[in-house]
Amino acid sequence: MKPVNETTHRLHIKDMSCAGCVDTVQRTLGSLSGVKSAEVNFADKTATVTGDVSPDALVSAVGGAGYTASVLKGEDSDSEKEGEEAALYRDLLKRTIISGVISAVIFVVSMFHVLPMLDSTAGRIAWGIVSLLTLFVLVYGGGRFFTGALKSFRNHNANMDTLVAIGTGVAWLYSTFVVLFPNAVGDLAGHLYFETAALIIALIDLGAALEMRARGKTSEAIKRLIGLKPRTARVVRNGSEIDVPISDVAMGDIVRVRPGEKIPVDGAITEGSSQVDESMLTGEPMPAEKGAGDDVVGGTINKSGSFLFRATRVGEETALARIIEMVRKAQSSKPEIGRLADRVSGIFVPSVLLATVFTLLAWFNFGPEPKLTYMLVTAMAVLIIACPCALGLATPISVMVGVGKAAEYGVLIRKGDALQQAGKLTAIVLDKTGTITQGKPVVTAVEPSGGMNEDEVLSLAAGLESGSEHPLAEAVLEAAKSKNLPAKEVTSFEAVSGHGVKAIYDGKTVLLGNKKLMKESGVSLGDGEARAEELSRTGKTVVFLASGGTLAGLLGISDPLKPDSKTAVERLRKMGLKVIMLTGDNRVTAEAVAKETGIDEFIAEILPDGKAGEISKLRARGERVGMVGDGINDAPALAGADVGFAIGSGTDVAIESADITLMRGSLHGVADAIRISNATVRNIKENLFGAFAYNTLAIPVAAGVLFPFTGMLLNPIIAGAAMALSSFTVVTNANRLRWFKP
Amino acid sequence: MTLLVNILGLAAAAFIVWWFWLSKNRPEAKAGDSALDIIVDGGVYEPSVIRAGAGKPLRLRFLRKDKNPCAEKVIFSGLDVSADLPLGQPREIVFTPASPGEYEFTCQMAMYRGKLIVEPGRE
Repeated sequence: MKPVNETTHRLHIKDMSCAGCVDTVQRTLGSLSGVKSAEVNFADKTATVTGDVSPDALVSAVGGAGYTASVLKGEDSDSEKEGEEAALYRDLLKRTIISGVISAVIFVVSMFHVLPMLDSTAGRIAWGIVSLLTLFVLVYGGGRFFTGALKSFRNHNANMDTLVAIGTGVAWLYSTFVVLFPNAVGDLAGHLYFETAALIIALIDLGAALEMRARGKTSEAIKRLIGLKPRTARVVRNGSEIDVPISDVAMGDIVRVRPGEKIPVDGAITEGSSQVDESMLTGEPMPAEKGAGDDVVGGTINKSGSFLFRATRVGEETALARIIEMVRKAQSSKPEIGRLADRVSGIFVPSVLLATVFTLLAWFNFGPEPKLTYMLVTAMAVLIIACPCALGLATPISVMVGVGKAAEYGVLIRKGDALQQAGKLTAIVLDKTGTITQGKPVVTAVEPSGGMNEDEVLSLAAGLESGSEHPLAEAVLEAAKSKNLPAKEVTSFEAVSGHGVKAIYDGKTVLLGNKKLMKESGVSLGDGEARAEELSRTGKTVVFLASGGTLAGLLGISDPLKPDSKTAVERLRKMGLKVIMLTGDNRVTAEAVAKETGIDEFIAEILPDGKAGEISKLRARGERVGMVGDGINDAPALAGADVGFAIGSGTDVAIESADITLMRGSLHGVADAIRISNATVRNIKENLFGAFAYNTLAIPVAAGVLFPFTGMLLNPIIAGAAMALSSFTVVTNANRLRWFKP
Repeated sequence: MTLLVNILGLAAAAFIVWWFWLSKNRPEAKAGDSALDIIVDGGVYEPSVIRAGAGKPLRLRFLRKDKNPCAEKVIFSGLDVSADLPLGQPREIVFTPASPGEYEFTCQMAMYRGKLIVEPGRE
């Protein structure tokens, strides 16, 4: 166990130019008091220090030893990364433009015979200069292909770098050989390929730059989530409010949030109240009312009031941090559909190398003269046109955009496989309480009887329930409170177990409870009985109120539907899904809810541990089942379904418990998740089809299979352009998902 | 001449098959108690074959020097482990492979490839 005050700091050490410096810095840091361990890494010029020591002390100690240190913070790494990406893009663009301009010049002088022929000294000097210019493009614009190819080769691996390096390298070597020894190859084969090599590099650089730009957009969703992370918090310390970096907020700290500010970490309000906009996490557009005792979530925005809250989760434990981690992880996972492409990618490049060798041999054995020219042109085209990138990118790039899109709608997808499964569902099983309904009973009908009016019935009932802890009592008290009705003062309160409560009010015996309590106490119900039956047919639980031996009124209590449950069920049914409700309630209540929401099949009186069994029965019937429920009580049923959807109101939902988590309490999230999954899988299929079709058609054409019939050969420059565009096309197609509306 | 070229061609093909697919001679490293450094550069992981014991926490520290955006993620499929690799900064990932077997780790596009060999744990 780490001692409480022990922390780990990371420093970036500048001016560390030799391995000897590592020793000096390491000894300097290690000798500081409080430091338990110091590790300096020369490769990335960082030091990792653990101990009870302030980062400032570390920086100044390193400074004393003659080096410059700065503290690296986790929070900055994401913005650092963005800055890095932008710098990489600018660098690549610069290389593309410079290589492009030089290649264009080489192209013009090669194509329009501007330079003298090779048979003169002037010609050889001129072409020698062209060769050097091409070499410059190869090194400056394409150096990474050559180093990458070499490294891969040493590791018994081959990738796109291998193909580009061999293709352009051979073109340059051959052409330079011809310039140096023009008589060594025949006149016919004396063609030069400098422009081809240079243009291929420029085009591939251009493709890479376009791809990088398009890729930046694919991770917009996660960037948006990261952007929600606040940087500072106003913490109450020693009686005053001070601004501290977010990383310094500790559990139990009291934090002040003013109107318009972001809530820095997760916690519970201790003082004050406000409206909080949680839409960025849940997709729920309506701000939530929050008061003392309510939970607040880091990254959401305080709209109106000012309040204090106690931090309960900080750092990597906050809901936002866990959501970001989950989305990030999901974006790296692949649905089954993408595994084939992975297997092909693994053998792709060596296969293309083999295809190149056989192309060379075929043209050598069966091709017309000048054989060497044909061999070179076709081999180059085969090497350059093959695009393992498009194949490899097809699945992950769509998953990245799809998962990000879902997160925008408050739908968290845990794994790529869930994307594919969600699109294949045939039945959706909904838990009733808290899923279709709000999960909180409220008084939905007050029917006075005898001489009392509605308000009197409610305030007397509230008086009787004020000592009770029954969930129905809570509904009665809440109803009275919302109408500002005071609870009547009752005396001689007595609970009648399983039936209700009894007390004295105004000298009379008053009763609140079920029919049995009334009957046993000799209260005549009159037409109250028929009215009670009517109420229960609409799914309400009926509570009777009697005063002085006569019926004073009826209360209908029900767990109301979420406002959009009905439209969501309708939407699911329109999508061709069978919608089934599971509930522990009795048949009458279940039927009423089913009728109200338009659900045609329901299974009532199910014990909580029987839900998973019902799911397996449905699966045995051949249905592909999506189960929607809360992440805690329904966990076994969620795990037993093809896809488990955990539904929560706000961010309190257990996000690790299901395949898909709906941050918004609405059932529309299920339909959104399915629609986004369908769109993503369709997008992956388009990409895979495109990439497979491209590679399987283009490679034979490049090898010259059409030549015997049409005389057609593919110019390697065109091959370079096609290859550069193919991975850009895949990324662009995936980006279309960003505009998808579920 | 014709025969020689054909023999050379076939030899080249045989070499490709042997070098990229059949040869097992890859740089290998054994994971110990401290973090094992893996450099991501030039399209490869170095070392690309890692041996580790089952049921023991495995600490791998990736340092990505490769600017290619493909290298920005490493995924251990089959182990449900993945991480983003920032350029030029080490990223340590710690997990405990539970059962013995061979697990591939790749970039998102499966072009960068490595293998984690989890051996039965020894007491």
